[in-house]
Amino acid sequence: MVMEIVCPAGTPAALRAAVKAGAHTVYCGFNDETNARNFPGLNFNREEMREGIAFAKSHGAKVLVAINTFPRAGGEEMWHRAVADAEACGAHAVILADLGLLAYTAKTHPGLRRHLSVQAAAANADMINFYGTEFGVKRVVLPRVLSVPEIAAINKETEVETEVFVFGGLCVMAEGRCSLSSYATGRSPNMNGVCSPASHVEYEDNGGVLDARLGGYTIHRVGKGESAPYPTLCKGCFSAGEKTGHLFEDPVSLNAEALLPELQKAGVTALKIEGRQRSRSYVAEVVRNFRAAVDALDAGRPLPTGMLARLSEGQATTTGAYKKTWR
Amino acid sequence: MELTVGPNQFFWEAERWAALYDDLAAAPVDRVVLGELVCSKRLPFYQDRIPQAVETLAQAGKEVVLTSLALVTLKRERKLTTELAEAGALVEVNDLTALAYLPEGAPFTVGPLVNVYNETTLAWLAEKGATRVCLPPELPLSSIAVLAKAGADLGVAIEVWGHGRVPLAISGRCYHARMHGRTKDNCQFACEDDPDGLDVHTMDDQPFLAMNGVQTLSDSYACAAPHVAALEEAGVNALRLSPQSSGFAQICGLYRELVDGTRDARAITAEIQQVEPGHSLSDGFLSGARGVDWSGATLH
Repeated sequence: MVMEIVCPAGTPAALRAAVKAGAHTVYCGFNDETNARNFPGLNFNREEMREGIAFAKSHGAKVLVAINTFPRAGGEEMWHRAVADAEACGAHAVILADLGLLAYTAKTHPGLRRHLSVQAAAANADMINFYGTEFGVKRVVLPRVLSVPEIAAINKETEVETEVFVFGGLCVMAEGRCSLSSYATGRSPNMNGVCSPASHVEYEDNGGVLDARLGGYTIHRVGKGESAPYPTLCKGCFSAGEKTGHLFEDPVSLNAEALLPELQKAGVTALKIEGRQRSRSYVAEVVRNFRAAVDALDAGRPLPTGMLARLSEGQATTTGAYKKTWR
Repeated sequence: MELTVGPNQFFWEAERWAALYDDLAAAPVDRVVLGELVCSKRLPFYQDRIPQAVETLAQAGKEVVLTSLALVTLKRERKLTTELAEAGALVEVNDLTALAYLPEGAPFTVGPLVNVYNETTLAWLAEKGATRVCLPPELPLSSIAVLAKAGADLGVAIEVWGHGRVPLAISGRCYHARMHGRTKDNCQFACEDDPDGLDVHTMDDQPFLAMNGVQTLSDSYACAAPHVAALEEAGVNALRLSPQSSGFAQICGLYRELVDGTRDARAITAEIQQVEPGHSLSDGFLSGARGVDWSGATLH
């Protein structure tokens, strides 16, 4: 089986570009707090979703709708409506994280396929099977804390399909279990679908030294001519004890292209690309490369290497937790 | 309102660990959750002291609850979690894996690291046997009020993060090990040197976070004291106090006086600040624009 390429789309244009570039599947969200990439100017209104899904279907591609924030107490209706609308728009599946929303969807939309979001951080086979049994979850997006051998072991113990991140932004913390952004800016990935938001970013030039701040905290300081990375909290520069540096993670992004053969052997069903906030040209190029790679793999041809390095943040990439030494 | 002591989040050597629970036997708290929350590698160093601690606390009339790990990935950790679920004690689920292992219908409690953000999730957990839920620390008062009401209807006691460095994130990576140029598997227990976590400062040397192995906490000590009246009014059943290496018995006593109404929030808050010299307090998740914010300065 050729591994499925699951590609992000933050806009209808990106969705079309991804489909044309060969994505088997595209994931996207509605333009509100129900999805974990709730950025200004991104995501789909209902009409765009319906049209986008129809376009994908006409090209033989599937669309997954991410409804993967945690519904607000007293305000769950917005999330319930998103589930109903995703089904009405013809989504192949919804990607959910919240226990209550999974229970609600399994009960009131039993015919709608359910995937477990990375935001649910299901990191072992027992928990994945639990979601499978309780809510009929068919696929789990694995949290970025697992090594390839661990992923292989999980696949031996579960019938639930696994989808893993292979390219793009890298959460260092277990997803759906991080309140760093909420602590520093008041904007929460779990509640608002926002992490380290641009609205709380400031850059200040102090005589050739450039500071990047998030929520008033200076987490990057670079000299003249250096480029200041975006101040994402977990990739900031800090000091502790005698050390100063990127104590949590360097400003790197994930690129697991070299691991595709291992991931296939590990029994992974689908490869996920991060980046609903990315441009359609970026999305198309990443998809083209990964599609070529999985097709080569399926045909027993050698993989192209280094194909995506220039698309990575700051040129620096990591294979993240897939290599055990990352921990 | 009741007081619950949460599991010690840090790595303390066995003597110090056991002494905490000897002290808590005499402290004015109702419930103590203990066991290893953050890193399974720490457990062997004090595991044999747990039965005695449980015994001491139970004899002192405390309800005793055993916590699950916060993140279960390894085979060894799955086995530990199975054993915990089968031990027969009341279990606090801090990773849903533990729930998968509990006998059908057995009562359990839910800790702050499980995402309980809304009434449907609360109702689902109640149906599974949850009797008490400590809500995620990032929830605002408005959500807490809705959930406390739902909890009352469902017969689930609702607890709120009351005091201590706030658990903000959990990771597969050990930051203490990374800082020392090691990997998690070869960490050499670097976190043991920091009984309240290691202070993490910004590039302006501003205190911001605390590193605790695979966990990241706030630098500030959360303090719900200014909101105790509002929480009580909302129907919240308990405050959770998180152990720290010094002054913790005093912290427990101060919150007791506050929830019993023998002293007011302003006086208690001022005294709490004295117990935490050099550290700021925060209550922003409850009422502020950001988690780090602190309303206590305006109390009068």
